[in-house]
Parts: sequence; structure tokens; C-alpha cells
Amino acid sequence: MREIILDIKGLTTQFQTKRGVVTAVDGIDLTLDRGETLGIVGESGCGKSVTALSILGLLPKPAGKIAAGQIFFDGRDLVTLREAEIRHIRGNDISMIFQEPMTSLNPVYTVGFQVQEAIRKHRHMNKRESRAEAIKMLGLVGIPEPEARIDDYPHQMSGGMRQRVMIAMALSCHPQIMIADEPTTALDVTIQAQILDLIGRLKEEIGMSVMLITHDLGVVAEISQRVMVMYAGKVVESADVKELFANPAHPYTVSLFKSLPKIGGRDGALKAIPGVVPSLLNLPKGCAFHERCFKTQSRCQQAPPWREITPSHMVRCWEPVEQ
Amino acid sequence: MKVSQPILACEQLTKHYSLKTAGFSRRSGVVRAVEDVSLTVLSGEVFGLVGESGCGKSTLGRVLLRLEDPTAGKVFFAGQNLAAFGPSQLKKFRREAQIIYQDPYSALNPRQKIGRLIEEPLSIHRVGTRQERRDRVHWLLDVVGLQPDHAQRYPHEFSGGQRQRIVIARALALNPKLILADEPVSALDVSIQAQVLNLLEELRAEFGLTYIFISHDLSVVEHIADRVAVMYLGRLVEVGPKKEFYNQPSHPYSQALLSAAPIPDPTAERNRVILTGDVPSPVNPPSGCSFHPRCPERRDICFTKAPTLRQLTPERWVSCHMR
Repeated sequence: MREIILDIKGLTTQFQTKRGVVTAVDGIDLTLDRGETLGIVGESGCGKSVTALSILGLLPKPAGKIAAGQIFFDGRDLVTLREAEIRHIRGNDISMIFQEPMTSLNPVYTVGFQVQEAIRKHRHMNKRESRAEAIKMLGLVGIPEPEARIDDYPHQMSGGMRQRVMIAMALSCHPQIMIADEPTTALDVTIQAQILDLIGRLKEEIGMSVMLITHDLGVVAEISQRVMVMYAGKVVESADVKELFANPAHPYTVSLFKSLPKIGGRDGALKAIPGVVPSLLNLPKGCAFHERCFKTQSRCQQAPPWREITPSHMVRCWEPVEQ
Repeated sequence: MKVSQPILACEQLTKHYSLKTAGFSRRSGVVRAVEDVSLTVLSGEVFGLVGESGCGKSTLGRVLLRLEDPTAGKVFFAGQNLAAFGPSQLKKFRREAQIIYQDPYSALNPRQKIGRLIEEPLSIHRVGTRQERRDRVHWLLDVVGLQPDHAQRYPHEFSGGQRQRIVIARALALNPKLILADEPVSALDVSIQAQVLNLLEELRAEFGLTYIFISHDLSVVEHIADRVAVMYLGRLVEVGPKKEFYNQPSHPYSQALLSAAPIPDPTAERNRVILTGDVPSPVNPPSGCSFHPRCPERRDICFTKAPTLRQLTPERWVSCHMR
């Protein structure tokens, strides 16, 4: 049974910049089911991280604001909540891990203090209980000898260990949703494999939903069930992971796959996507991808429709690629 | 690939850095960044050097180009000992070996125009008249796929991929024979990465270049390299032709590294070797084989005796007691 836990409708997030208003996220719709891992894929500047920050009310103020749309969680619209209310949800029900485990931890506190902080705040435990709980969480994410490492400072740990601490913090309040923004990008592949394995296992054990934000199609294929592809602030394609990788319909998705060097792949030149990602200040008319697209036509100057390929496979394109 | 001459070789190259007591730091000891590395790079090939962060691959590259002096061992360029080069020979070597770094944002002086930046190596080496140099800059911009009028612009006006093209143009200015590319596409978006990889391949074919290609991304290395060398904690653990290496990696670390790389295909079968633990510190490498604490195949001998690189087949070398 599908149970929708997060329902985003028409989310539009804008930033005030010196050179004008930038629409970083442009009317996206998104649902997240209980227990599901949703991958959000796109290149830098496509709005994938801003979507996450919008959900958690973490947009830099006053430059960034949600200009339109609703984010329904647990029957409430997060956009309309006051700061105190959203702070209660953040960490408790929805938590987030960031790309940079080096900069997300406070260097002057021990990791134990930082893990306990969230537990004490949200779960009303005293010092002793929260320390025991923190040791349990650190053990759960695979830190060896958690009783000893809990008093370490972040600089005494490696990158992989720090990312584990971040995950322990994010999980310490048993959230229903974990948003992971490029959780393994700063890590080496052997450590990345450990962390992805860990996220997958913990998701099963705790029964939470994961929103995985990444630019790495390999990582998406590893652990998500559903994928959304973003380009210049819009969702351009959405499908089950197997369907998307087998029958990509948007020319951007197709081109991304073709430009990817694969282990065991064919020789010869890669099929690069021509041109550059357009500036959000100066987006092309209509479909933002049409200037780089191999199927471009005159009607691509108009906004393309959001159309159905199969009931679970949607694409925003005038000329979707047929398989 | 035809049989060709070695262009760069090293014998038992070692680079140590001493940790000095400074400020509040009470650490002392020696960082063993590169340990007893011998290798040969053939003229016209792409020599891929892979490994995780901190394994010494960048340091090895810098020592090979004599940007740092080795602690022990020798480097030979076209058969001549690099350490014995006098100032004029070294200056000639600097023309023939160039380097491309990972981050095109910090590699370009933000206050100089592109034309000046590309012309700088020509001016330093007093090549041609002013007009000839200017013509060469325009020609170089054309070669890397930019416009001649871009010479009048500043680095901030370009995207990451375009900046990497500028860096490549500058590296090509003096007609080098050898280019050390240290993670040249790691900072770029997927769609741009393919453009730069294709450019590097075209340039190699056109100008008969030799690349030492350093990367942590195994799929990129498989795409571009002819031979692959794997480093772990400052040592080479395996060297071999690309096809054989990717089809049948021999060293347990190579096997784990390859199996850890995420596969962009949700239906692919995964036989993942998940390594436990982290890369040990090069200040305090483990006894015996430095990989033994994480190795799934370790035996008693691995704890006490460090293996040396042995020849498996005429072209394949591996450093493991179990092979």
C-alpha cells in the first residue's frame, strides 16, 4: 500500500540577487511514500538542494523565499508554519545530512555532545540517558568502539567517520524522513559503498523514507526506487528507477546517460551534451534545455507539457524519446 | 598501441614529509606519502593513476615533474636523470612537461585576462614576437573550442568547463610532450565532463601527447587510459593494461575498489566487496602489507612482511603475497 508522507505542490523558491530575482525552483510537484527512497538527480544549479532547504525552512534569509506552493507533511503545510513549529519538525520528523561532513560538525565540541544535543532537545532525555542513546546510535552507524569515540572531536575522525556521525545525528530522533544531500560525494568509493549500504540497511530497520539528492546516476541506481530528474529548476522526468534507466524519455536524461563513461562500457568518444547549463538569470524561452537538445524543434520555444508515458513515468517534453 | 619508448620513468621513488612541531601541535613523525614506487610511462600513452584520497597519487605526480624533490629514488625523463638537470635543462623540461589541476577556479588568476594567462608561459620562455604570441593564443583558444575574442575576458565570465578549457590551452602553449592531468574533470558536471574528456582525447591524437591521468573515478580512467596503476598508502599495488585490469583486477584492493564503484544500472548484479574500516594514516602505516587490516584474504605473512611488486604476466604487476 502506498502511503504518501510528504506531498509538495507547485513549490517555487526564489532568491533576490544583485542582478535580479532568480527562480531556483520553479513549480515542482513531488510526493514521497512511506519507506521509499526517492532519488533527485541533476547538475549543479538545477535546484535540487534548494528544494531540500525549502522543505526544512532552511533557506538563507532574507534573500531566499518560497514564492508559491505548499509542502504537506502530516496534514500540515510546512510553508505556513512559524519558525518554532518548523524547528520542532526539523530533526524530529524530518532530518537532513549534508555533503560536507567536515564543515557540518562544530569543531569545538565533541561528537558525543553534538549527537546528544539533538536527542536532549527532541526526546527530553537527561544527560546520562542521552549519552547512552548517543553511544547506541554511533554503534548503529558502524563506528567501532563507540564508548571511546564519543569523546572525540571531529578533527580526530576521518571523513567517512564524520559522515557516520552526521547520519547518527540525523537518525537519533527516529525521523520519518531523511533528506540526504550528496551524502557520499566528498567520500572515497570504498567509504561511499559503506555509507550507501548503511543508509539502505537503516532505512529498512527504522522504516523511514529517504530523499536522496545527488548528481551521480550510479548512486541513484544503487539505492533508490523512484527518480526525479531536474534541470534549471524544473522536474523534467520522473519514473521508477528501472523504468528510467531502461527507457529514459527526456532528451536531457538520454543525453546524460550517453555522456557517462561506464566501467565495462564501449570505447570511442563520449557523446557529450553541447553547450553549458544556462544561467537561471537568463533562461531560454520555453524548454530550458532546447538549446542543447538533439531533438529540438520550433515549438520547444513554448513551455512543454508534463505528459504521461506510463502511469508511473512522466516527462516534460514536446518530443519525448521513444524506445 | 605500438611499442614505444619510455618518456618518463622512476625507480624506487620515495617522498616523506616530516611533521614538525608547530604552535599547539605536538605531533611528530614522518608522513610516508610515496613509498618505493617504480614505474614507466611510455611515449604516447595515457597512464591512469588511481587511488583514494591521501594515497599519494598527487604527491607522486608532483615528484615525477620535479615540483618537489624526492626523499629517495630517481626520476628519468627521456632517459635522463631529472635530479641532475641544471637550470637550462630544467627550463627545457618545464616546457616539455605541463600540469593541469582539478580546480579550474583557483588555477586562473581572477585579475588577468584570458589572453594574458595563456600567453604567460610563452612570455616566460621568450617564444616568438609579441604578434606571434598573440596569434598563438588565438590559435590555442580555437584548438580547445573557445572563440578568439574570449582572450579579452576575465576568468569569472566563464563556466567551470570553459575554464578547464582555458587551463588546457595554457598547458598546450609550449608544445609539451607530457601532460600531468591531476583530477582534470572531477570538479565538473557530468554533461561537461564528457566534453572535456573528449577534448583531451582529441588533443592527444592531434599533438601526440602523453598523459599521466590521475583520478579517483574508475569509470573516467577506464574511458581514457591505456594502462592503469593503483596506489594504496603511498605504494603501487597493481599496474596493468586497462582491459585486463578492468576485466580481472588482481590485487584484493583493486577488486574492492572496482566493486565499490556504483553502477549506473539498477538491474545490474552487484557482488560488492565492502571493505571494513578506513584508510590508515600514512604517518603510521600498518606493519607488513599496508592493506592487511582491511584485506579479506590476509594470511599470517601479510602481518609481518611487505610484499613487493611482482610480474604476473609480461605486462601485469601486482604487489600481494597471495598472487
